[in-house]
Amino acid sequence: MRWAFLLLAALALMGQRDALLVPEVSQHDVKVRQGFTGTELLLFGAVLDPAGRAGQGYDIVVVLKGPSEPIRLREKERFAGVWVNAQSTDLRSVPSFFAVASSRPIGQIVDEKTAAIYEFGTGYIQLSPSGNIDPVEQRRFRDGLVDLKQRQGLYKEDMNGVTITQSVLYQARISLPSNVTTGTYTAETFAVTQGRVIASAESQVEVRKVGLEREVEYFSQNFGLLYGALAVMLSVLMGWGAGRLFARL
Amino acid sequence: MDVYLPIANLSVNGLWIVALGALTGVLSGLFGVGGGFLTTPLLIFYGIPPTVAAASASTQVTGASVSGVIAHSKRKGVDYRMGSVMVGGGIIGAGIGALLFRFFRSIGQIDVVINALYVVLLGSIGLLMARESLQLLRGTGNRQAARRRHHPLVASLPWRWRFYGSGLYISPLAPALVGVAVGILTMLMGVGGGFILVPAMLYILGMSANVVVGTSLYNILFVTIATTIMHSLTTRAVDIILVALLLIGSVTGAQFGSQLAVKAKPEILRLVLAAIVLAIAFRMLLGLFYQPDEIYTVYPL
Repeated sequence: MRWAFLLLAALALMGQRDALLVPEVSQHDVKVRQGFTGTELLLFGAVLDPAGRAGQGYDIVVVLKGPSEPIRLREKERFAGVWVNAQSTDLRSVPSFFAVASSRPIGQIVDEKTAAIYEFGTGYIQLSPSGNIDPVEQRRFRDGLVDLKQRQGLYKEDMNGVTITQSVLYQARISLPSNVTTGTYTAETFAVTQGRVIASAESQVEVRKVGLEREVEYFSQNFGLLYGALAVMLSVLMGWGAGRLFARL
Repeated sequence: MDVYLPIANLSVNGLWIVALGALTGVLSGLFGVGGGFLTTPLLIFYGIPPTVAAASASTQVTGASVSGVIAHSKRKGVDYRMGSVMVGGGIIGAGIGALLFRFFRSIGQIDVVINALYVVLLGSIGLLMARESLQLLRGTGNRQAARRRHHPLVASLPWRWRFYGSGLYISPLAPALVGVAVGILTMLMGVGGGFILVPAMLYILGMSANVVVGTSLYNILFVTIATTIMHSLTTRAVDIILVALLLIGSVTGAQFGSQLAVKAKPEILRLVLAAIVLAIAFRMLLGLFYQPDEIYTVYPL
């Protein structure tokens, strides 16, 4: 709460014309180490109208995105009774994690065009397809990808995930599962009123491996041969040790 | 007990992984198969990325076969000469397999190829073993098949060696070729190849049954070492934490398995192995024709 007062005091001192949006994330540095089972991020902040008063009728949309990667998406089809990979499409920027939370269903806040511009929803993620650009086909591939990612817990939409208190303070909880990709995540917050985005702000969350987990990954990426030899040695020693142990029993 | 796997990038329940390792360990000690054909699908089913599952399973099989090889060598159940010839072939085969893997992957049909291979190989081997062991159990095994030690093609190969452990006088080319074939399949299917090797030794080479399991494990040991190194250099998908968990289960399981193997009747063992192999083949066959759980699959570029 003290946070909120400080925020309000700071904001009240600044006379600005646009709506003011001051976002914060509970954790800027997510450490993935032994025993990591995922974490919950609290995205919160304050929204004020240009006069520095509590903003009436603002809606808040929060978008949290993980690092993007290029992928090839393949689609299986039945061919002579057997399911084989048939068509595929290349997507150049697929976010490894994508979560949207809003104070009201997106459809009631903005029109489709605006939603598409700001990626308000898993249906609007800009995947940058390359090559084939038949819209019907792209739609099908997109839906397939989103469905897959949703079931892995990596894409999510929460249409009532943002709670606004006293028209000033907002907060949203987004959980990161344990299978998140490490890298820089960006949390974008948008204040929307009358179908227009009037203010936006961005903050970043660093998800990184630390301790033994980081060492193991670094070692495997940079010293492949040694890592392999170490894995073999571990296997042989454990197998041999068990053999010795049981021989005595 | 939550354990985070740094290469697979997710957290798992460690006890489940240990239990899974124990199950495959018992199989490997009992039958001389690596158990990879069971570990890999189960790990994938648990949510571990397929490449990580295949690579780590092969490393785990190394450990499970070490204790098996030790246990079997104590009772003179390993023909080292025969095993080494096969390992030589196996390493060449693994190289060929890696090339084939890359080719099928580039045309996007690797999973169909793997599934079809499982169905054809496991299905035919399972049927062969089931028929033979049933005949033996009923005591109606026909004499002619029993007298024929090895496949006529094997006898026709030139340049014979004596394999004392196996009680054979055959050309080393035969086991080397078997090794190449198994090596290819090891790389393609992500398994140790024991379930192919054991029947091949029995029915194609005609090795004496008491050295088959030990020699098969000996071969698997070295081929999986080669596979682990190859994965560490190319896919970088060996998860050492996952391997350690699997090993805790499998090295103990393997000891129990090999003790059981001494007590049980070989015909019954073979029938049980046949049943397991057939069950997996049937499951894979359904997988080809039923609508898969995932229509879409993601390949990183």
